[in-house]
Amino acid sequence: MKILVCISNVPDTTAKINFTADNKSFDKNGVQYVINPWDEYALTRAIELKEAKGGTVTVLNVGEADTEPNIRKALAIGADDAIRVNAYPKDSFFVAQQIAAIAKENSYDIILMGKESIDYNGFQVHNMVGELLGIPSVTPAFKLDLLDDTTARLEREIEGGKEIVEVKLPFVASAQQPMSEPRIPNMRGIMTARTKPLKVVEPVGAEAKTSIAAYSKPEKKGGVKMIDPENAGELITLLRNEAKVL
Amino acid sequence: MAYEPAGAPDYFDIDELLTDEHKLIRQTMRDFVKREISPYIEQWAQEAHFPSEIVKKFGEVGAFGPTIPAEYGGGGLDYISYGIIMQEIERGDSGMRSTASVQGSLVMYPIYKYGSEEQRNKYLPKLASGEWLGCFGLTEPDFGSNPGGMVTNIKDMGDHYLLNGAKMWISNSPECQVAVVWAKNEEGRIKGLIVERGMEGFSTPEIHNKWSLRASTTGELVFDNVKVPKENLLPNIDGLKGPLGCLDSARYGISWGAIGAAIDCYQSALKYSLERIQFDKPIGAFQLTQKKLAEMLTEITKAQLLAWRLGTLMNEGKATTQQISMAKRNNVDMALHIAREARQIHGGMGITGEYPIMRHMMNLESVITYEGTHDIHLLITGADITGIQAFK
Repeated sequence: MKILVCISNVPDTTAKINFTADNKSFDKNGVQYVINPWDEYALTRAIELKEAKGGTVTVLNVGEADTEPNIRKALAIGADDAIRVNAYPKDSFFVAQQIAAIAKENSYDIILMGKESIDYNGFQVHNMVGELLGIPSVTPAFKLDLLDDTTARLEREIEGGKEIVEVKLPFVASAQQPMSEPRIPNMRGIMTARTKPLKVVEPVGAEAKTSIAAYSKPEKKGGVKMIDPENAGELITLLRNEAKVL
Repeated sequence: MAYEPAGAPDYFDIDELLTDEHKLIRQTMRDFVKREISPYIEQWAQEAHFPSEIVKKFGEVGAFGPTIPAEYGGGGLDYISYGIIMQEIERGDSGMRSTASVQGSLVMYPIYKYGSEEQRNKYLPKLASGEWLGCFGLTEPDFGSNPGGMVTNIKDMGDHYLLNGAKMWISNSPECQVAVVWAKNEEGRIKGLIVERGMEGFSTPEIHNKWSLRASTTGELVFDNVKVPKENLLPNIDGLKGPLGCLDSARYGISWGAIGAAIDCYQSALKYSLERIQFDKPIGAFQLTQKKLAEMLTEITKAQLLAWRLGTLMNEGKATTQQISMAKRNNVDMALHIAREARQIHGGMGITGEYPIMRHMMNLESVITYEGTHDIHLLITGADITGIQAFK
C-alpha cells in the first residue's frame, strides 16, 4: 500500500494577517507556519492505515525551502519519506498539476489531503488532482477504511446527513475531522526524521490559472449603539435609515 | 504596536540561535502540554492529585531521558533540546516538570553514566517508556544541604548488601518502581544502589499537605534491613561526586524550566493588564504596571540567554557545576519574583485558581529550595570567587 499525503504550509491559526504595502502579497513577517490542520487528519489516517496494513506513507509539499521544518514534522509524526516540489504554490491548479505529475511517476494507491487549506480555503486541489489523473475523488470525507486490498469505504458529510461511498483503489480523498486524531510527534520520531529521505524536485512547467490582483481585510465591525428600552421607536428609525435593513 | 509574539516572548531573537529541530521539539512539547496538562492542572493541584497516567504519556512523547542514547530508549538529543522540553513542561506546571526531571536526570542519568551494561539494558528502556517511574534518594531528614553527612548505610553481607536508613523529600517516591539510592558503605564511602519496589523492608510513605508541587507526588524512602543484590550497586562511581553529577544535570533542566513558569505568569499578567479597566483605562496604561511588565520581560530575556549559553556549554561538555549553580539560582529566583509581581497585577483574581499565578508561585517556593537551596548556590559562587567555602 503506497499512500501519498499532500500537505500545505499555512499561517498558524492565531497569526495576525497583514499584507505588504502594495496589498499584492501576504506579509510573512513574524508569522509562524504550521501544517495545514485539515492535512493533519489525512496524514494521521494514512499513518494509521500503514500501521494496520503495512506499506509506505510519502508526504508531498509544493513550496519553497522554508516549508521544510513542517515537512520534517510530518516525517517525525511517522511518514516514511517526503518530496518537496520547489515552487511557490501560485494557485490551486498549479499545485494540482504538481501533485498529479508526482503521482503519475509513482503510482500511489491512495492520495490524501485536507479538504482545503486554511489560508486560501480553495477546496479545489483534490478534485483537480482526481480529474488530472482520471481517478475518483471523494471529498470531503470524515471516515476512511479499507475493506480489502482493492476497495475503500469512505463517509462524507452531505446536506442533512452522511453519504457512504465505496471506491476502488487508486483514488483521491480529502479529509476533515474526525477522520483521525492528529498526532503529536515524539522525541524519537523527531530524531529519526533527521535521516528520512526528503527529495527536492523542480516543478513541471505548469501555469497558474489565476493571479492575485489585490488583498484586503474585512472592514472593521462598527460599534454597538445602545437604545433606551423606553425609546424603542428610535431603534426602528435607525434600522430603517442608518443600517438600511428594514 | 504591542509586543505580542505568538508562542513566547523572544525579545532578543534567541530563536535564531535554535535549530529547526529545537523549534519542532518546542512546538511538540507545547502541543503536548496544551493537550495533556493545561486543561486539568488546576484541578489536579487543587485536589493534590498526582495523575499517574501522565507517566506513560511523558514516556510516549519522549520527555524522559531525552539526552540518553536511543539504543537505551532515550531520545539521543542535545542539552538545548532537554532544556526546551523542561521549559515547556514547566509552563504547564513545575510539579509535572519535577516528575520528568527526576526520571531523566536523577534516575536514568546515573544508571546510564555510572551503571553496568546489564543495568542500562534492564532499567533504561522501561524508564524511558514510562512503564516504570523512578526516584532519587539523597536527602535525609537531617541531611539536606549537607548530603555528605548521610547516615543511610550499606553493609556487605557477602552475597548481598544490607541497606538501612531513610530518605526524605523524594519526588515520585510513593509511585516509584525503582529508586536510585545513595548510601555509605562500611568505609564511609558514598555508593549508589538501585532499589526496586517489592524488596522486603523497603517502603515509600507519602508526604501529605504540601502547599507546593501539589500535582506531583512526594514521599520518603524507608529502608529497614533491605537486602539489595550485589548486581544492583552502580559500579562506576564512588563518593559524593556521584549524586552531585546527577544534580548538575537536573539543575541545568531547572534553569530552563523556571523560564517556563515565568513566561506563563508574564503572559497571563500582560493579557490581564490590557483587559482590566480601572479609571477608564487598562491597568497596563499605568506606569507602575508597565514597570512590572518591563522588568519581567527583561529578566526573562536575561534568563533565556543564560540558559541557552549554558546549554551550549553542556553540549560541549564544558559546563561547570558552578555555572550550573548560578543559572539555577538566578532563573528560579527570577521566576519567583515574576510570579509575585504577576500576582500583584492580577489583583484579587491572581489569588484564585482561575489563573495559574498562585500555583506557579507556590510551586517555585519548592523549586528555589530543592536541588540546592538559593543560599547554598550563592555560596557555591562565593567559594568559586574567593577560594574559601563558607558553608562548612
